[in-house]
Amino acid sequence: MNALLDIRDLHIALPEGSQRPYAVEAADLQLAPNEILCVVGESGSGKSLTARALMGLLPKPHVRVAKGAIDFLGEDLTAVSDARLRQIRGSEISMIFQEPMTALNPVMTIGRQIDEVFRFHAKMPGRERRDRALALLADVHLPNPAQIVRAYPHELSGGQRQRAMIAMALALDPKILIADEPTTALDVTTQAQILKLIKEMQAAHNTGVLFITHDFGVVADIADRVAVMQNGLVVETGPAAEVLNAPQHAYTKSLMAAVPSLTPRPARPRSEERVLEVKGLTKTYRGGGGFFGLGAPARIVKAAADVTLDLRRGETLGIVGESGSGKSTVARCIVRLNDADSGEILLDGVDLRPLARAAMRPHRAKIQMVFQDPYASLNPRTRVGRIIAQGPMIQGMDAAEAEAKARELLGIVGLDERAYDRFPHEFSGGQRQRIGVARALALEPEVLVADEPVSALDVSIQDQILKLLDEIRERMNLSMVFITHDLRVAAQVCDRLAVMRYGKVVEEGPTAAVFADPQDDYTKALLDAVPGKSWLPGATVAAQ
Amino acid sequence: MDHFTRRIRYVLKRLLQAVPIVLAIIVMNFFLLQLAEGDAVDVLAGEAGSATPEYMAELRAKFGLDQPLPVQLVLYLKNIASFDLGYSFRHEMPVLDLVLDRFFATVLLMVSTILLAVGFGVLLGLLAATGLNTWRDTAISIFALITYATPLFWVGLMLIVVFSLTLGWFPTSGMENIAAFHEGWDRVVDIAHHLVLPTITLSLFYLALYTRLMRASMLEQAGQDYVTTARAKGLTERRIMFVHVLRNALLPVVTMAGVQVGALIGGSVIVESVFAWPGLGMLAFEALFARDLNLLLGIFLLSALLVVAVNLVVDIIYSTLDPRIEVS
Amino acid sequence: MLAFWKLYRRNLSAVLGLAILLLVFAVAATAHLFFPDDPFRLAGKSMSPPGAAGFLLGSDSLGRDIAAGIAHGAKTSLLIGLLATFVAVVTGVLMGALAGYYGGWVDDLLMRTTEMFQTIPSFVFAILLVAIMKPSIESIVIAIAVVSWPAVARLVRGEFLSLKNREFVQACHTLGMGDFRIMLGEILPNCLSPIIVIGSLMVATAILIESGLAFLGLGDPNIMSWGFQIGAGRTLLRSAWWVCTFPGIAILITVLAINLVGEGLNDALNPRLRERT
Repeated sequence: MNALLDIRDLHIALPEGSQRPYAVEAADLQLAPNEILCVVGESGSGKSLTARALMGLLPKPHVRVAKGAIDFLGEDLTAVSDARLRQIRGSEISMIFQEPMTALNPVMTIGRQIDEVFRFHAKMPGRERRDRALALLADVHLPNPAQIVRAYPHELSGGQRQRAMIAMALALDPKILIADEPTTALDVTTQAQILKLIKEMQAAHNTGVLFITHDFGVVADIADRVAVMQNGLVVETGPAAEVLNAPQHAYTKSLMAAVPSLTPRPARPRSEERVLEVKGLTKTYRGGGGFFGLGAPARIVKAAADVTLDLRRGETLGIVGESGSGKSTVARCIVRLNDADSGEILLDGVDLRPLARAAMRPHRAKIQMVFQDPYASLNPRTRVGRIIAQGPMIQGMDAAEAEAKARELLGIVGLDERAYDRFPHEFSGGQRQRIGVARALALEPEVLVADEPVSALDVSIQDQILKLLDEIRERMNLSMVFITHDLRVAAQVCDRLAVMRYGKVVEEGPTAAVFADPQDDYTKALLDAVPGKSWLPGATVAAQ
Repeated sequence: MDHFTRRIRYVLKRLLQAVPIVLAIIVMNFFLLQLAEGDAVDVLAGEAGSATPEYMAELRAKFGLDQPLPVQLVLYLKNIASFDLGYSFRHEMPVLDLVLDRFFATVLLMVSTILLAVGFGVLLGLLAATGLNTWRDTAISIFALITYATPLFWVGLMLIVVFSLTLGWFPTSGMENIAAFHEGWDRVVDIAHHLVLPTITLSLFYLALYTRLMRASMLEQAGQDYVTTARAKGLTERRIMFVHVLRNALLPVVTMAGVQVGALIGGSVIVESVFAWPGLGMLAFEALFARDLNLLLGIFLLSALLVVAVNLVVDIIYSTLDPRIEVS
Repeated sequence: MLAFWKLYRRNLSAVLGLAILLLVFAVAATAHLFFPDDPFRLAGKSMSPPGAAGFLLGSDSLGRDIAAGIAHGAKTSLLIGLLATFVAVVTGVLMGALAGYYGGWVDDLLMRTTEMFQTIPSFVFAILLVAIMKPSIESIVIAIAVVSWPAVARLVRGEFLSLKNREFVQACHTLGMGDFRIMLGEILPNCLSPIIVIGSLMVATAILIESGLAFLGLGDPNIMSWGFQIGAGRTLLRSAWWVCTFPGIAILITVLAINLVGEGLNDALNPRLRERT
């Protein structure tokens, strides 16, 4: 193989006192021209630091390359001078990042930020630089490049910003493009477009792409070759087809087994008993305006428009949609964290919507919520036991009984009873999410509203939490409203699906039916955009 | 809508927002001063030595001081609307004339102080942040720490001891050498000469404030993602620091400069009284002890307007630095 | 607590600040032992330079002992600084918490008030208040607190605004917890660190304001104060430099020490912040 990049025995040292001596240990990776190499791994695997090491962008002096070589067309990037490294950056190797909002300078126009690349690497007159910038923006399919050039980052959408980043990275036709989770912060339909764009640009320029991701779906869509990393070690490399369909290493196998399949799980018989009914729920947000019309133009956002849902006993209803679809607003209105403008929220036949706080209190126990962010959902100053026991005590249970219950629940959610006296920061993300589940269960609710409960977790942890929720639902005969943006998760968890867009439910039905025969165009687009949809992880692993 | 019209809208909005605040200040100060024991007539009578109650009542009627409070307030508001700030019994002059007479001196002191404090603060903060943990950073940080803890009046007195009394470089007090009858350029030089010590005194504290803020702001911005992007583009550290980081780091400093204008006028009362600088601060201090209500109200109003005006200028500067302004 | 001290100890200048501050407290506490007499009393020959006529730091134009004044002034400065800060912090926390938590008109009112305070020259306002109420410890404390609380309120409001939307607070709502308990038991403990830091720095500012007021002749006439000493000595600049110099140094050192302690607390309470700088 005629390698563009040859990483040999790379060791990246962490500062003393860290959990392990090396962030990356003895990594060997090769990248050929016109090839997309995906480096996959969970958080802490060292995949991002590997990418940064290539660019000489490690957070010096704490983290450094301790050993090994990064051979780029005969030059060792770990040994070249700073001046040479600056020459290479942006012109021969360039990089795009996860968060296109923070990765662009907020007070500089897109045009100037692109222009800088030309000015620093190529001597060309201003007019030519401008023309090239416009052409680049057109290449990445941004509408109206002349306007984008003058725009500031905050004036573009997330997808547009990432396109602008790609334009900037490809400005001087680099030999290597490093993409560090470039689609993780984007919605699934935007992600599909950006992946397509990266592939298109890569093919047009014969670029070698080093693509860092945690998502096997994305890998399946884009990779020519795959390298799997775990705790700083490259545990498996190979052509995409081989690694994806016949993984050799146990860790790769377990990772893939944890990826939820897109094939919906078998439908269960539907109960006749209605637990929660939402009828005509509407919630409007108003922003801006005021001050004699001199403020920002008044924005009226219909976060929920005439939403109607029907949840039966023991059922899991998924609400899926992209950011801004209103799915979280609906969830928050149901548990009365937000007040809906109109409509009915019938829980066991009682309309919760008009209830005042005090009148709502006795109904609180029946409907509980699991939150998204395991780091924000537990009070850092309160002991775990208290966090769980608090709910029953507010509802009138005496302290000793509540404590016994909290200890029992810790066991149910799979935590050691000793967790009772510890603080949240002593636990990992997955463990914290278990504590959050225990808190919700402490009130013995009939309905559990879960708002993106696994989207902040690594895929293997995500799998565990989903299993836990399933187990608990069986055991307690819970009904669940499950909010998610991830159709794979929805397929494995939900009996029925409601697809939301711009505050409206565009389609509702049994999960299998929605997946097999989507009626609404938007549902079709969503399903179409799921990364790796033609790849069946569950099937291949099971077949082995 | 392009950036320019948005900016104009923003400035107009800020201007409108200032109106109720100025009104609230007028009303509040009016009531506060009513709380004080005794009015101007008491003071006049006290100075005259013997005044009959009849004469005092006559005086009160003459100045409208016998009217109920709301009437006095309405009267006052009405007068202000027609740029009549009332009459100072003590100085036997219209307040407006008195206040305008002193206005220039205070504006001069404030503008020179803001320029010095912000300019050097930004420079020192930049120097400290770019030489992080070197002797330069340490020296600047210690300097900022000490000046941040020093009372203004004491600095003023110490500067007088060293630079006026001992070295004789600068005059001890006043705004100009009136006896010398300087004219034209000579007068400007003379005033500038008098301005040096008061400006340094008043700016030291704020200089320390902006230095610390600028240093912290630079360090915070240097850790942002866009800096990594700039590095990945192959820019030099110099360009990253001075083009990318600097402009973002200036934003909180500019905001703080606006916020501190009010405090600066407070400081100028002390500095003006130490250096006998004939500005609003000194006038306010004199008025306070003379219980010259109208004059105090006039000074407060004018200094509030001054703060509003400076804030507006700061807002305009800010809006040119931060394109996101119309979003918030 | 021990863990906190370990963090605090890592910042050497903060430890130095604490040591100086403790020394100032010691001086204030023992002032009546070493200088049992009224510091306003004529103690001997006027205008004696430091070291002469039994005066450690000299005497002023009326023969008052500068050292005695500084020792007794320490009491005044610390007392007023702490009291004013206490009043300002309590008021500010209360207002900020209500405004941040409830939003709406409470918030509007508070924000307009804060803007007004930013527009009013606050030191001038303090002068005005003290003059109206007649100079005394109470009026000075009130005046300083009145001009200081908006800063606390703004900070606490900001903290409450961001914390009230955090998921752990939302979770308390879903459990049916009352507003009062959420504010006091859930949110407030999570914003104690910045309140402690701003409070400690505010003591320093309060001491500076007090000395400024006293310098202008607005101190309590019955108690000795550093600002008063400097104000009384300013006419003697030419002939007796020590009268102004030593009380000024006392202010400088005390305020500096408190600022160092404040920074040390900030570093120790927000360990992540320090790693960055």
